[in-house]
Amino acid sequence: MTGISGQRAWQLASFVFFFGLWELAGRWPVSAAFPPFSTTFLALVEMLRDGSLGKAYLITAQPLGIGIALCGAAGIGFGIGMGLSRTVEWLSLPIFIILQAAPMAAIIPLLTYMYGIGLTSKVLAVIMLAAPVIVMNSYKGIRNTPPSLLQMCRSFQGTRRQEVVKIVLPHAAALIFTGLRLGLAMGFIGIVIAELLITPTGIGDLITYNSSVADYPKMFAAIASIVAVAAISLHLLERLERRLFPRD
Amino acid sequence: MTDAIVEVKGVGKVYDNGVEALRDVNLAFPEGQLSTLLGPSGCGKTTLLKIIAGLIPHNAGEVWVKGKKVDGPGPERAFVFQDFALLPWADVLRNVAFGLELRGVPRPEREEVARKYIAEVGLKGFEHRPPNQLSGGMRQRVGLARALTVDADIILMDEPFSSVDEQTRRKFQEDLLDLLRHHQKTVIFVTHSIEEAAYLSDQIALLSPRPGTVSKIVRPAVDRSRSPDEIRRDRGYLDTVDDIWHILRQYV
Repeated sequence: MTGISGQRAWQLASFVFFFGLWELAGRWPVSAAFPPFSTTFLALVEMLRDGSLGKAYLITAQPLGIGIALCGAAGIGFGIGMGLSRTVEWLSLPIFIILQAAPMAAIIPLLTYMYGIGLTSKVLAVIMLAAPVIVMNSYKGIRNTPPSLLQMCRSFQGTRRQEVVKIVLPHAAALIFTGLRLGLAMGFIGIVIAELLITPTGIGDLITYNSSVADYPKMFAAIASIVAVAAISLHLLERLERRLFPRD
Repeated sequence: MTDAIVEVKGVGKVYDNGVEALRDVNLAFPEGQLSTLLGPSGCGKTTLLKIIAGLIPHNAGEVWVKGKKVDGPGPERAFVFQDFALLPWADVLRNVAFGLELRGVPRPEREEVARKYIAEVGLKGFEHRPPNQLSGGMRQRVGLARALTVDADIILMDEPFSSVDEQTRRKFQEDLLDLLRHHQKTVIFVTHSIEEAAYLSDQIALLSPRPGTVSKIVRPAVDRSRSPDEIRRDRGYLDTVDDIWHILRQYV
């Protein structure tokens, strides 16, 4: 118990240290456009109270949610298909390897060119960032099934179907879940890039608008809030993952 | 001498990368006895065992089990894996019952059988533990129990004690002999330990490496009615260990 509460204390101390530095840097000041932590925090509270932050997140959540849901269904399906079938692997592995390596910010204007500036483009931006990691993790989860488990199944005359259902899929589940979590992390990056590069909506709108009217505390509050939302949701998913799939 | 339950005739194996693992292996395994495949690493003993199990294909020769030529796994053979091959997400009970689960035996029935063998290998009380909470020796007991539940005549064991510490290994060897005497199984056992082979076996096939082939068959003259400690001091046991070492030393 003391170990855990000690750990908590250290985590808290590091936050206090970080926010303290921020406060000092803002008061020095590093730049006229860099507000101290306290002012930023007050701006955040104000945006929460007047509802502008909540409204922005409702808008941002749509393309992010749709994108991740589509990736979750189709991406996992694709990854499993690639893991189980050499033909599917041969057809689609190169696409995902290229997608994983491609600089996304350079491709996003191309999306606008083809699909306009609406929801579709933003969903696609999320998918393009999130899909490769989701697909590749599912694929690797399937492929990395220990050969001795497969031999064990065969030695007891298990069928191919039993092999997939009772061994390959349960073994891949942990990595598939990790893929979803990393996909969500990429999705956060994708949605912010899309909202900044395509048309300012949601949280991207809050950032660009407040920057253009030089309301820097609000701009920083919006940036800090998206960082915090992403960090907290990923952390919670990681904890869920550790509970669902305890490691060896 | 009893009849052979497994016969290997002229078996050869060349891997896809061109390595010849086995050449013209001829061996007969007597029913109800424990036979060992012994040799230095790389002599193809595990390959031979997996060919007998039907887990990997051979390029030449034939494998006969209970008077039938076989090309794949069958219900009369059960395999015990070097790395245990346990499902990490399943508890001991499900792992032990897994062979029966694959055969479609209903849950209450297969769990009853599994509980019986869990008790026999000395793991009573550990039914609901996951494998990662067990020691190496206990994990291999789970592997052995799983092989026993399907009631195969032939148990194939691939270096089952290689990742188990020495004390555990000795205890496990003694328990194994007890269990096998009790169940009348034919066992084919792969090891690189001369002492283990001499202590356990009725028949030892010495394999020479690259390509693996049978260089000699030794039948240790050890009186197995005596206690484990007496066997380990037995003249026949010690002579067997010596003889085997003199043959194998030319390969290493």
